[in-house]
Amino acid sequence: MTGVTTEKKMAVKVIIPTPLRVYAEKKDSAEVSAQTVGEALGGLTSQFGELRRHLFTDDGKLRSFVNVYLNDEDIRYMAKEATPVKDGDVVSIVPSIAGGNRCGR
Amino acid sequence: MPENFQLWMSHDVAGRIRRHGAETFPYECCGALLGRDSEAEKVAAQAETRPAAAREVLELFPLVNRRDDSPRNRFAVTADDVREAEKAASAHGLDVIGWYHSHPDHPARPSEFDREHAWPWYSYVIVSVMAGKPADMTSWRLNDDRQNYSLEDIEIRKGALA
Repeated sequence: MTGVTTEKKMAVKVIIPTPLRVYAEKKDSAEVSAQTVGEALGGLTSQFGELRRHLFTDDGKLRSFVNVYLNDEDIRYMAKEATPVKDGDVVSIVPSIAGGNRCGR
Repeated sequence: MPENFQLWMSHDVAGRIRRHGAETFPYECCGALLGRDSEAEKVAAQAETRPAAAREVLELFPLVNRRDDSPRNRFAVTADDVREAEKAASAHGLDVIGWYHSHPDHPARPSEFDREHAWPWYSYVIVSVMAGKPADMTSWRLNDDRQNYSLEDIEIRKGALA
């Protein structure tokens, strides 16, 4: 049985990193329907609205320390958020950590 | 909303964080804190002064500071390092519950740069290293609104819970 819509959505699993599970009912993953990685992340934040501010800046860009992998590939080396997804793909959100004292240069 | 967080660790773990900071001075050190919340939560729930949240560091995963361009005042842990730390944690049956780093010749307070780059939920331990000697050590958690940190009391406990 096939859908009649031209934009076929794929069933994708999104892995939620430990520090964000508290905003996602303590779940470690969520199932979403999407055509691209960006849509998958959008699907996640529409299920769990509080995740949005930790993943995206105020102008809607992915934060620099939020890394997104499609299966095992960093999306920065593919088509970034426009990277298409297939049924059964796994999108993982992986933190990177940065900091340091007062005066940067 | 004043939160009362506690981070427990043994004398040994605290000493290892301080020593790492002294070893890398004048550069920043960094590493992962491996532990659990759940047992500490149960013990804390029976205490007289109940913290809002308690967790215990049971193991450390020291890392190499990837910021070789400005290692005196920056540290960076790549996504690959984070995945390695998570693997090490699950091999011990633990989680990555936070991160530690040093502030060479600076107080153990989070900087604006620390806040902008912080994740919620994690404990961020900062050890000040003054002229090569470990000084104050503090722990912080980012608030939900991302605007401020809450200080987390570090409680040195004998032995581990696990």
